[in-house]
Amino acid sequence: MNEFLLLFRRDFTSADAQPSAQELQDLMKKWQHWLGGIAAQNKLVENGNRLASEGKVVHAGDRVTDGPYAEIKEVLGGYSIIRAETLDEATELAKGCPVTLIDGTVEVRQLVPPNL
Amino acid sequence: MAEQELLPQLFKTEYRKIVSVLCRRFGLEHVETAEDIASDTFLTAAETWGLKGIPERPEAWLYKVASNKAVDFLRKKAAQDRRNSDLKTPTEYSCIDLSLQNIRDSQLEMMFAICQPLLTLSAQVALALRILCGFGIDEIAGAFLTNRETIAKRLQRAKEKLRDNNVRLEFPSNPAIRLQPVLSTLYLLFNEGYYSRNQDIAIRRDLCLEAMRLALLLTEYPETNLPDTNALLALMCFHASRLDARIGTRGEIIRYDEQNPSQWNVGLTDKGHHYLNRAAKGAEAGPYHLQAAIAYWHTRQEDTTEKWEAILDLYNRLLIRQYSPVAALNRAYATYKVQGKTAGILEAEKLKLTHYGPYHHLLGYLYIGEDSAKAITHLQQALRQSKTQADRDNIRRDLAHPDLQTAPTHHPG
Repeated sequence: MNEFLLLFRRDFTSADAQPSAQELQDLMKKWQHWLGGIAAQNKLVENGNRLASEGKVVHAGDRVTDGPYAEIKEVLGGYSIIRAETLDEATELAKGCPVTLIDGTVEVRQLVPPNL
Repeated sequence: MAEQELLPQLFKTEYRKIVSVLCRRFGLEHVETAEDIASDTFLTAAETWGLKGIPERPEAWLYKVASNKAVDFLRKKAAQDRRNSDLKTPTEYSCIDLSLQNIRDSQLEMMFAICQPLLTLSAQVALALRILCGFGIDEIAGAFLTNRETIAKRLQRAKEKLRDNNVRLEFPSNPAIRLQPVLSTLYLLFNEGYYSRNQDIAIRRDLCLEAMRLALLLTEYPETNLPDTNALLALMCFHASRLDARIGTRGEIIRYDEQNPSQWNVGLTDKGHHYLNRAAKGAEAGPYHLQAAIAYWHTRQEDTTEKWEAILDLYNRLLIRQYSPVAALNRAYATYKVQGKTAGILEAEKLKLTHYGPYHHLLGYLYIGEDSAKAITHLQQALRQSKTQADRDNIRRDLAHPDLQTAPTHHPG
C-alpha cells in the first residue's frame, strides 16, 4: 500500500463562504462522514490538520509577504493522509470530499516512500 | 442463603481475595503457593463444615485458616532459607492482614501486575480470571471454548514470565500510563462475556460482571478514577443493561431490532449515565467515551432519525480515531438507518471485508427487498463463514425471509 496526501484547497475570500451556524454544523458532519468512510475501509493514515487562514510567505532574500492570497485564489485549507494501492484508487477515495461542495478542490499526491 | 450454596458462593468471592492478599505478602513469585493455600483453605472448610456445621462467621473463619497456613509457609520458608532466617522472627508474621482496605489494595496491585504488555492479551485475560476473579481452570477453558490443558499451559507460562521479569505487586508510579493496558484487558474480559461464542449464559454474565467489578474497583482510587475509567465503566453498564434481552432462552443472540426493550435493565442504564457524566470531566473524548455514547444511544428505545444520526456521527468519529472491522460494519448499518438502503449498501460494499462472515450477513440483510439474488449469495457466504450456532440461526432466519422465497436459490445440498 502507498500513502497519498490529500490537499484541500478553497477560496477563502469568496462572499459565498459565509455560512450560517446550521450550515457549518452540516458541513462538519459531512466532513466527518466522508473521512469516516475512508477510515471505515482502514485507509485513513492520518486525520491531518486544518490550516488557519492567516499566514506569511517568505521569498528569496527573506522578503516576506502576507498570506498566500495575493498569488492564487484557492488556498490550502488542510490536509489528510490516506492509504491506497494506486493514484487512481486514492483519487476515487477523494471523490465526495465536502470541500468540492463549496467549490474547493482536492489535490491528490503520492508520498514518495523514504526507502525505494 | 441455603447452606449448600454458601461454600461455592464464598469460594467465588473470597478465594481471589485470599490469593491477592497472600501474594502481596509473599511476593508475586510465590503466586502458586498463594493459590495452593487458598485452595487448601476451602478444602479444609468443606471437610470441617461438613462435619461440624457452618461457623458463625464463615469469612472470618476462612481468613483465620488461610492466615495460619500462610504463617506456616512463611516459617518453613524462613527455616529453609538461611539467608532470610535472621531477618524476621516468627512472631513478626503471625498475622495476615485481611482487612477490607488491604484486600482492595492487593487486588488493585494485582491488576496492574497482570494487565501489562509483557503478557499476551489472552494470557492477561486468563490470569485475571484465575487470580482476580477466582475462576477455576475448567471454567476459564469453558469461557474460551478451549480445553483444560491449553489454559493450564497458558497460565503456567504467564506466571513464569512474571517471575522471570521480577514483576512486583506495587502501586505503579505512573498510574495514568499503566492504566491503559488495564482498561484494555478489562474491556476484552467484558467482551469475552458479551460477544462470547459460548452459549452458557451464566458464564457470560459472570465474565461481564467481573469486568465491571474490577473497573469499579479502579474508580475507588483517585489515581485511577480517571475519565477513561469512567467512560469504560459507563460503556459496560449500557451494554450490560441489554445483556438479558440479548440472549434468548436457548442461548441464541437476539438481534438489536428484535429485542424486547422492557427487558432492558433501567438500573444499569442509570448507572451508565452516572459514570458517563463523570467521564465527561476529561478534556478529550477518547475511544471509550465514543463507544459509551454509542452504547447509550442503543439504550434509547425509539427508532428515530435523530438517534441513528447520532450513532452514525459517533461511529465516524470513532473510526477516524481507531479502525476496527466491527465499527466499520456498524457504521454501514447506521448509514442505512439514516440514509436508506442504497447508501447503506454502497458504504458496506466499500469495506470489502470478504473474509469476514458478518460483512456478508450485513450485505445479505440489506439486499433483502432490493436484489434477492445478491441477498441470497451473501447470506449463503455468511453461513459458510459463520463460527457459531447462534450466528447460523440468525442467518438462516434471514434466508427464510418471504422476499427471498420466490427467487431461484442455489442450496448446495
